[in-house]
Amino acid sequence: MELDKLLALGQTALELGLVNALTVLALFLSYSMLNVCDLSTDGCFTLGAVVGAVVALAGHPWLSLPAAMLAGMLSGLVTATLQMRMGVQSLLAGIVVNTALYSVNMAIAGNKATLSMNKTVTVFSMAKDALNGTFLAGQYKLLVLAAAAALMVVFLCLFLRTKMGLAIRATGSNADMVRSSSIDPAFTTTVGLCVSNAFTALSGCLMAQQQKNFDINMGSGMVTVALASLLIGGVIVSRRKPILRRALGAVLGAVLFRVVYALALRLQMPAFMLKAISSVIVVLAISGPYFRKQLPLMLRRRRAGREGGGPDA
Amino acid sequence: MLKMNHVSITFNPGTPDAKKALDDVNLHVLPGDFISIIGANGAGKSTLFNAICGSFMPDTGTILLDGRNITLTPEHQRAKQIGRLFQDPMRGSAPDMSIEENLALASGIGGWLSRVSARDKQRFRDRLALLGMGLEDRMRQPVGLLSGGQRQALTLLMATYQIPKLLLLDEHTAALDPGTAEKVLKLTEDIVRENHITCLMITHNMQSALDLGNRTLMMHQGRIIFDTSGEERASLTVRDLTDRFRQASGRALDNDRMLLSEQA
Repeated sequence: MELDKLLALGQTALELGLVNALTVLALFLSYSMLNVCDLSTDGCFTLGAVVGAVVALAGHPWLSLPAAMLAGMLSGLVTATLQMRMGVQSLLAGIVVNTALYSVNMAIAGNKATLSMNKTVTVFSMAKDALNGTFLAGQYKLLVLAAAAALMVVFLCLFLRTKMGLAIRATGSNADMVRSSSIDPAFTTTVGLCVSNAFTALSGCLMAQQQKNFDINMGSGMVTVALASLLIGGVIVSRRKPILRRALGAVLGAVLFRVVYALALRLQMPAFMLKAISSVIVVLAISGPYFRKQLPLMLRRRRAGREGGGPDA
Repeated sequence: MLKMNHVSITFNPGTPDAKKALDDVNLHVLPGDFISIIGANGAGKSTLFNAICGSFMPDTGTILLDGRNITLTPEHQRAKQIGRLFQDPMRGSAPDMSIEENLALASGIGGWLSRVSARDKQRFRDRLALLGMGLEDRMRQPVGLLSGGQRQALTLLMATYQIPKLLLLDEHTAALDPGTAEKVLKLTEDIVRENHITCLMITHNMQSALDLGNRTLMMHQGRIIFDTSGEERASLTVRDLTDRFRQASGRALDNDRMLLSEQA
């Protein structure tokens, strides 16, 4: 493989990884901190994409970012209300919202499954114009995405150190303790899901603008991709480490995941296999550490079995 | 202080498994009381605490705290005035967070977006030092790394950081080894006395039920069957207590741990 091809591959992986990193950071908040597996992620990602696309198409590229985040927050609010105030199980609440979001997203897109932003002014095209002529001109996408990811990491680290952030972390760790600190876990869960879904939606918004295209299915499988990235990040930076390093680990996990993805593509893997690959990576990242722990015991059992009789004999 | 009027709770009402966990309980706790509560398994001791804390809402009756009706107030809102420790030392603190972060939440200081200041940290240090367990030098360590006794002492500190009107201790030393249990109990007594906290303590140790505090309740089948204080209580022995139990309930105590502690 020639060097320039390899570099191009690396750049694409880095760009896609950074787009996903925002969703991964969202799951870092909801899954790792709040201990809620938010299955509305796919729909919320698409929601952010469609809201961002519609607002950008209307001629407001900057407004598209907060608009997408606001839409994500609303979606998080619905998910949280279902599970905290209406007795719907946490996983089910996510699935229900995810399903409903398909209709919502189609409605926002004006009953279209795709929206093209080929000639639309987006945050990316604006960055491209601003950097025109400088040596960074070719890297405008990377710069926008890296800035977004960096801002989100900083925000998350500051947020998780506030009392609100501490309360959210405690809710995932021991809800009894939160209650005895006179804080309502339903409230902290709601705030946590609103913030995390705002991240997810922003991620979708940036993805659509980067690809100059919105597609109703662009979010499908996103929760698996993000979980896989998060778990890869968790293997690099363990749970006991400080928040900043864990958040950076999550971003790194997102990029690494895309590198693996890109390599698989290089190996002549057909594109339709990619979803299966993300599932396999999730399983490997979860059961890898499990088997590492179990392996010595399995070996001992086998040895004991070979020597006849096993431990009971 | 705390007034419970005709409080009843039935589990599984309307089924063959229906069980009256609290049966028309009336209790008047005076300010500064330190009440020990004993009773057989399933007598309703923990349910009594759950009703006071708001973990379970009573079916009938009213609960007043300092004249305010809290019968149906949500649990987390009562927690400002009521501190509680459980038998399980793991229940009172968040294992994935540091000692400092746990204390920051329990201290209740600051608004939602505030952060722990250096002055707060110094205050946490000073309070932790009072426990005499060296925790003040481990403030940034996750609570999950502490021993059961250390965690229970930390929970005690957290529950009393903002002085509660009422402190409920649900066999909070029962899961600790004897030496640690004694130490945590001593800490409890000191904190309760210094801050004039009104306190209810469930215990299976009948000797400490008589030694500690100024009043003892005995529960059986959801009722308070014996309530003693003053001179009568001062002259009681553990033997008297078991006799009282047999008289009131018509059978012997069936709490294994109680019987064991009686023999000891």
